[in-house]
Amino acid sequence: MEAAVFYVVAGLLVAAAVGVITVRNPVYAALLLVFAFFNSAILWLLLEAEFLAIVLVLVYVGAVMVLFLFVVMMLDINTAKVHDKFLRYAPFGFVLALVVVAEILYAVWAKQGGFATTANPPAAGPGYSNTEELGTLLYTAYIYPFEIASVILLAAIIAAITLTMRRRPGLRQQDITEQVSTRREDRVRLVKMAAEPKAAIGKEEGGA
Amino acid sequence: MIPLSHFLALAAVLFSLSVAGIFINRKNLILLLMCIELMLLSVSMNFVAFSHFLGDMSGQVFVFFILTVAAAESAIGLAILVVLFRLRQSIDVEDINTLKG
Repeated sequence: MEAAVFYVVAGLLVAAAVGVITVRNPVYAALLLVFAFFNSAILWLLLEAEFLAIVLVLVYVGAVMVLFLFVVMMLDINTAKVHDKFLRYAPFGFVLALVVVAEILYAVWAKQGGFATTANPPAAGPGYSNTEELGTLLYTAYIYPFEIASVILLAAIIAAITLTMRRRPGLRQQDITEQVSTRREDRVRLVKMAAEPKAAIGKEEGGA
Repeated sequence: MIPLSHFLALAAVLFSLSVAGIFINRKNLILLLMCIELMLLSVSMNFVAFSHFLGDMSGQVFVFFILTVAAAESAIGLAILVVLFRLRQSIDVEDINTLKG
């Protein structure tokens, strides 16, 4: 049963990955990548990494891929033009991919004796909590890397905002330096003039 | 039960597919970023598989950090992409030649 789930999900994952790299429309590529993330979350559940499986769906599907979809739909890209040199680099890319996969598989199968000793561990008991185990490790042994990760996220937030923020012309805003450095002579003008009779003022106002 | 080598083989196939994707999609920077995400996913799958089969939780902590860095990387990458598109009206890799690299 477990093996059947693995092979079906792995096949779907590879198919989704092939779709991501070959499909013409970037929106379809993003949606296929979402599908690939779901499938690998299922595989991670098989590997008893429940917390990471949930985090993969929440963070990647919920945040990163939505960001990708936003950007894809915000930019007006001519998809017909985008793929006209598709075949120019395709042979080289596929040859390189085959070489890479052959090398890794050779390394894996050459080490088969070594990996055979790492037999399947027994399934965790009913009281086992993957989240608790991960949290214990994260808040004790890996506390400094954890804090550095939060600083990295903060830096990413600031960088993304500063990069994409643009000043619109005609935007009204305060200039505090100018406000503070204002002197009385710039704003108030005292005019010396002769006193006028009251009747003359009233007449002028009536005329205006 | 599924042996460790099958997970490693799956991750290898995913990784090489994303390498091929980087070579194929030379006209669209967004697809390059997606291929990098796929690459990080395959590496994370190796980490999780080894963590399960060796009984060591540290591998999953590393995947946690990979997810963090990947999220930061894609956010900054997409921000740069948006600024680039504003300047050039194009996200073709071959148009990015200001630095003559």
